[in-house]
Amino acid sequence: MKQKNKKIDYSKWGYYFILPFFISFFIFSFIPLVDTIRYSFFEYYRSGIKEVGPNFVGMANYVSLLGSDMLKYAANTMILWIIGFIPQIVIALVLAEWFVDARLKIHGTQFFKVVIYLPNLIMASAFAMLFFTMFSTNGPVNGILMSIGLISKPIDFLGSVIGTRSLVGFMNFLMWFGNSTIMLMAAIMGISPDIFEASDLDGCNSFQRFFYITLPQIRPILAYTLITAIIGGLQMFDVPQILTNGQGSPDRTSMTLIMFLNSHLKSKNYGMAGALSVYLFIVSGILCFFVYRMTNNDDPDGSKAAAKKAKKLAKKQGRG
Amino acid sequence: MKKRAVSILLITAMTVSLAAGCGKSSGSGGKVINIYSWNNEFRERVEAVYPEVKETSKDGTVTTLNDGTEIHWIINPNQDGVYQQKLDEALMKQADAAADDKVDIFLSETDYVNKYTDKDADAAMPLKDLGIDPDKDLSDQYDFTKVTASDTDGVQRGSTWQCCPGLLVYRRDIAKEVFGTDDPEEIGQKVKDWDTIEQTAGELKDKGYFTFSSYADTFRLYGNSIDDSWVAPGETVIKVDQKIMDWVDDSKRWLDAGYLDKNVKGQWNDDWNKAMGSASKVFAFLFPAWGIDFTLSKNWDGENGVWGVTNPPQEYNWGGSYVHACTGTDNAELVKDIILAVTVDKDNLLKISKDYSDFTNTVSGMQEAAQDDSYTSEFLGGQNAFTYFAPVAENIEIAPLSAYDQGCVELIQNSFSDYLQGKVDYEKAKTNFETAIIERYPDITEIQWPE
Repeated sequence: MKQKNKKIDYSKWGYYFILPFFISFFIFSFIPLVDTIRYSFFEYYRSGIKEVGPNFVGMANYVSLLGSDMLKYAANTMILWIIGFIPQIVIALVLAEWFVDARLKIHGTQFFKVVIYLPNLIMASAFAMLFFTMFSTNGPVNGILMSIGLISKPIDFLGSVIGTRSLVGFMNFLMWFGNSTIMLMAAIMGISPDIFEASDLDGCNSFQRFFYITLPQIRPILAYTLITAIIGGLQMFDVPQILTNGQGSPDRTSMTLIMFLNSHLKSKNYGMAGALSVYLFIVSGILCFFVYRMTNNDDPDGSKAAAKKAKKLAKKQGRG
Repeated sequence: MKKRAVSILLITAMTVSLAAGCGKSSGSGGKVINIYSWNNEFRERVEAVYPEVKETSKDGTVTTLNDGTEIHWIINPNQDGVYQQKLDEALMKQADAAADDKVDIFLSETDYVNKYTDKDADAAMPLKDLGIDPDKDLSDQYDFTKVTASDTDGVQRGSTWQCCPGLLVYRRDIAKEVFGTDDPEEIGQKVKDWDTIEQTAGELKDKGYFTFSSYADTFRLYGNSIDDSWVAPGETVIKVDQKIMDWVDDSKRWLDAGYLDKNVKGQWNDDWNKAMGSASKVFAFLFPAWGIDFTLSKNWDGENGVWGVTNPPQEYNWGGSYVHACTGTDNAELVKDIILAVTVDKDNLLKISKDYSDFTNTVSGMQEAAQDDSYTSEFLGGQNAFTYFAPVAENIEIAPLSAYDQGCVELIQNSFSDYLQGKVDYEKAKTNFETAIIERYPDITEIQWPE
């Protein structure tokens, strides 16, 4: 092999190594993405086994979506997400703080870390099936409540708006709080122990330490948790879909945006589904922008660090 | 240089072997028949009665015939419309597919048979083109099964071995306690029409029993006797039949009167299954032959002989699988042979009735079975259900079908389920149905309700 330069340039290998990712991203994500946007301007669906379209219809899909119940479903999604997310982030913060605090000397933290993460490993649909059976009118939960005499008649959990919504929220909470806990623990452990020591010497109590040191220090990771949770929340699908048999019952009050999208795909309505996806894309973009600005505005170099840490932690996109 | 040559060689070898792996090896060179279905029901019946069958591979995917022809079974589950999706994909590619990849036979259910027998879609071949004359060869089949499998011009495009007249299945122990008798004839008198059964329901309620488990149980009786199809041929307007609204009104009245169990919401769920157990207070279910064998007997936890059958308040049909020859098949002769063997031959059909308890599609055969004591059922305590099935089957008038039936039937029940449970008012339930149906079928332009 002839040597042209004395210095060997290794940088090209870096590009070679990341090439497979970009190729697969291009084929499996980018092209479908562009296609989705393109089809959103077309009338394109199947009636029986006859294909209709694609006919160019301009913004008609977007307009008719605005006229539909889309905003109602967006509100449903938001409510379902908040019911799950508030307990999720609160519990995760508390647990993370406890697990990391050396002075509490909790035994078996490793064990608990595994246990709280376990619900996340169950398939969401299986989890929803389980809850569907447990909370059915003749199910075990009603059976237990009745046999200990708390209620005299079975409660129709899945027949009431509040029952269904709380169950969905509760399941999302159970599935994702372990994930958040582990993420926040990593963040808290990243804080320099010097700061905690100094605060102890100054006579800080644990509340003050939590609110004035821990919280501000982990803000970048909190922002990351919030963003992924919002995106995950917007995509909420499997749990309510299985729990309500795809109907969003009762009276479509637990119908989420993606369930709405899915019901368009039953007729292979690529045009309408594409338009809905574009709306979702724009909304998640805006939400991310706001949250990011909100949590990072007075911490100019925090954002970069956050992005780095986040990347390291985010093996997969979670719901926070 | 040498190294490079070796590596190129290796890469070439790898690519070639990969490419070879992709190509389908079509076996011993015999013909291939591809059959699309959603379960093994049809395969089992072909194996049982088609004389040319030699053997089936252990995994059940390939059946070899005596002349070396291979039947490839392509099974996709019915749940969530997976079967139809896969079948639709295959049908779209049918024209360009290689001979051995073409769909030869596919099955459909009553709920969506119309989608495939549609004249314009032309997915299912007219039986005439296959060399089967429906008027002559299928004269012993029940008329309504022939109507169901025909397109709007009356050209029959499918045939079935199975016919699904429904009966009323009741608990003998409850009947004895409430009416003092469990005789099918006398119980039959008490449930002979809707007015009579409503009075009977009152008697049952006084003793603390429900007549049926849920409002969904009676839907088929109303929904399958509508006068006009949901969507008229060539139109995009859904006309909701008065019978459907009658179902809503009657169900509401029954539910309020306490004749139905409020806790059972629809079918195919845990509560419904439990309603068939021995601890349940439900007197009767409405089931065709398959429902008694596959659903009721599976959920029953008591002894045999507690359930009995009698006539339903109204003749109805529930379910049924149709066999179609696929347009573009390259094995028309064999396809014809299989269809004739499994859905027409009387001896074969009687064998299926005996082995699988199907109510089969032969008028004369079923009349014989009704007289024959060897067709009695152990689960029904030695009662011969065919005695009751046969007259129901002869009186069924099947509702005119449309390609939109599956969605309409499913969504109208869902929407009004909320109303019946008191979650929404009547008008809201109507709007919810309109929203849902347009989501499912984007080409629907209008929904008309009866006055």
